[in-house]
Amino acid sequence: MQAAAFWVLAAAAVGSGIAVFTVDSMARATFSLLASFLCVGGELLLVGLHYLGVLVILMMIMEMLVMAVFMIMYMMNPAGLMPMSMLHNRRGALAISGAVFAALAAGIVAIPWPERAGRPPRDPAFALGESIMGPKMPVMMVIGIAILATMIATVVLATHRGRYGHDA
Amino acid sequence: MTLEAFLLLAAALFCVGLFGALSQQSIVMLMMGLELMINGVVVAAAGFWYWVSPAMPDGQVLILVAITAMALEMAMGFAVVTALFRAREVDTTDDAGELKG
Repeated sequence: MQAAAFWVLAAAAVGSGIAVFTVDSMARATFSLLASFLCVGGELLLVGLHYLGVLVILMMIMEMLVMAVFMIMYMMNPAGLMPMSMLHNRRGALAISGAVFAALAAGIVAIPWPERAGRPPRDPAFALGESIMGPKMPVMMVIGIAILATMIATVVLATHRGRYGHDA
Repeated sequence: MTLEAFLLLAAALFCVGLFGALSQQSIVMLMMGLELMINGVVVAAAGFWYWVSPAMPDGQVLILVAITAMALEMAMGFAVVTALFRAREVDTTDDAGELKG
């Protein structure tokens, strides 16, 4: 049952990932990306990461709704009225990503992975909270400062004055 | 479900994202490729946590960092596109090539 769910979600995640770059509307691409994220959230739920799985699902729904607004703002082919290729160097990109996948897959199959050490805690979310408030506190502090820096930087960049000044 | 299957899914998502990041003309679509690549990292971290060291929370912390990076990347990307578009009405990667070596 779990294995079947895994493969269905995996196929859906990769399929909607591919759809992001094959559909001809950027709004559709956004919702394909959302579907891919939802499937990955489902995979996290399958391995028992309930908190992180739900976090991914909720966060990505919000993120993609915000993204959809920007997508429509910068849409290259609005309402299908201006059909054009959104790609450049298609063959090179296909070759590079195919080669990277072949190399990664070869590594995944060839490497003797270590044995499983220990068992999952009864409540993984509790273990995560305890570690980021204890021994992994620096991670949490860096994340917090990075979020603050991003908020300041995005406001500075997006104001009307902008990075380039008035006359640029 | 095995570690290999999880890592193969991660590799597939990463490479689809890589294709998008390399081939898209629109800067916004390029960012979607980057998001898919980080999505692959999340899957790989979850696989390693569950099948290699479930007793340690390190894998979970890595997922948290990857999700944060994903959100911050999107926010910064949109700010840069907005600034670029305001200044020069540019929203494709080919027109934004001043830093090209």
